[in-house]
Amino acid sequence: MAPPGAYPLYLYVAVREGIGIMGGRWTRELPLHLMILPGLLLILVFSYIPMAGIVIAFQKFIPAKGLFGDQKWIGWDNFNYVMDLPSFQQVFWNTLTIASMKLVLGLVVPIVFAILLNEVKNEFVKRSVQTAIYLPYFLSWVVLGGILIDLLSPSGGIVNSLLGSFGIEPIFFLGSNDWFQTTLITSDIWKNFGYGTIIYLAAITGIDPGLYEAATLDGANRWKKAWHITLPGMRMVIVLLAVLSLGQLLNAGFDQVFNLYSPQVYESGDILDTFVYRIGLLDAQYGVATAVGFFKSIISFILIAGSYFFAYRYAKYRIF
Amino acid sequence: MSNHKTKIIPGKRIDWFTGVNMTFLVLIALLCVLPLIHIIAVSFSSSTATAAGYVKLWPVDFTLESYKFTAGREGFWISMLNSIERILLGTPLNLLLTIMVAYPLSKERNQFRFRLVYAWIFFMTMLFNGGLIPWYITLKELGLLNTIWALVLPGAVPVFSIVLLLNFFREVPKELEESAVIDGAGQWTTLWRIYVPISKPAIATLALFSMVDHWNSWFDGLILMGDPSNYPLQSYIQTIVIQQNFTAVSREDILSLAQISDRTLRSSQIFLASLPIIAAYPFLQKYFVKGIVLGSVKG
Repeated sequence: MAPPGAYPLYLYVAVREGIGIMGGRWTRELPLHLMILPGLLLILVFSYIPMAGIVIAFQKFIPAKGLFGDQKWIGWDNFNYVMDLPSFQQVFWNTLTIASMKLVLGLVVPIVFAILLNEVKNEFVKRSVQTAIYLPYFLSWVVLGGILIDLLSPSGGIVNSLLGSFGIEPIFFLGSNDWFQTTLITSDIWKNFGYGTIIYLAAITGIDPGLYEAATLDGANRWKKAWHITLPGMRMVIVLLAVLSLGQLLNAGFDQVFNLYSPQVYESGDILDTFVYRIGLLDAQYGVATAVGFFKSIISFILIAGSYFFAYRYAKYRIF
Repeated sequence: MSNHKTKIIPGKRIDWFTGVNMTFLVLIALLCVLPLIHIIAVSFSSSTATAAGYVKLWPVDFTLESYKFTAGREGFWISMLNSIERILLGTPLNLLLTIMVAYPLSKERNQFRFRLVYAWIFFMTMLFNGGLIPWYITLKELGLLNTIWALVLPGAVPVFSIVLLLNFFREVPKELEESAVIDGAGQWTTLWRIYVPISKPAIATLALFSMVDHWNSWFDGLILMGDPSNYPLQSYIQTIVIQQNFTAVSREDILSLAQISDRTLRSSQIFLASLPIIAAYPFLQKYFVKGIVLGSVKG
């Protein structure tokens, strides 16, 4: 705690303890309540009312009767209905597979890339590479989806015409169930690995250069230094990002899938979020779609809460 | 020491690794940029050159026809205006609410006794949500569908930005606040005269976050705006480029123009949709790196 300074001690204590100089605690705290009020009201309306709206999952919901209107309660019927759909099980496994592959590669690729980039001593090359790899992160999946659809088209797309010049038959990256998941995972890494790389590079700059000098004197080569100094130096950040990303295990990437999939790849590419969108907003089966959403929210809640708990426990990560 | 080093590791070996490594990294970097360059090249090429597969990274038979066509579409300009309106309303609102929520939450518990209660109310929204359908129904019943407020209000309180800013506020030296209070400043004055000016870099970062988010959002526009004339630009582009739903742009219209094809037209729209991001990219990169470091690596 800093010393009180030039002004009288009671004023110092008053500020630290939050006691107003004129009047009591309330005078000092009331403005804080007022400041927070608009934001509080907005999240109550736009986050908490929808949370309460989960009751739709247990109703035969008729929109005309209103969100908290006199709806017919049907217990777990919507859930039972969904769980028995073969397409639901497919969708669930697709979600898990796509999300977990993205999670693992999304962790490993930036780590490797950051270590390799850190070895580059030419500042111009280093900065140019960083600038280039970070660009796709800022573009929306509408833009990137449009680019990929053009690039990967089996008729006239530049990727397939390049493959063709090596004598490879055109591959329908976005239209074949053998390729769709690979395309999703690769293009997701392509969009996002620049972001991860920047975080890891920041962690690497925090490592004491003295360690490298000492290792050089001891005769350690490049690989030894990367393995014994750089990687351990990044450990906290790696653990933190790994743990926090676990909360995303059911987020297979709605924006991406929605802009790239088509009915012929539903078998491999349909995920929980797109499924909810179709049965809810397109087919207007509100109860069933809310049940699927609720199922996802509950599992995600456990995962996210767990990941914050572990991040707090093992990486001393406090969010507020 | 440098003499010592050159004796142990011959210069040649360093060059070998550095060479391979740099080549690899530069190739990957090119993979991130070349797709966009290809699209730009296609958008400026004639439809025949594109169809014949001549266009690689430079326009062939340079033409501005697709851009002229796009510029002639009323829908394009209307959706552009919608996007601008969305940013002009959404970003200041995001910043105002972020600042006003972050400040009380950055106080110590003895300065603001309800801090933890509020913090949990906000944090909870990061852990759990009602899902798409209840969210949609809520907005519908509030009568927000087909209004700009549906694109601005639901995301008006960005909890993640609040977390970043409140951690930034905590680093502000307490002595500044103490001396302000001595001079008789209340909470509002302290916030606007001391905390906000000192946090300008962080707030600038959050402003950019918010602008990019608003510009890039497309799904809310798609489902909440029943009337396509209320679409923001990304939703408009989504229907044309991805769904290839040309109802906004009739197909006869396109076919009547020999110089452009679906492909060159789509490419030009993709480029136009990403142009503001590309133009702002130097700032984005600079501030986002700061923002990320601010948020993620605080130990």
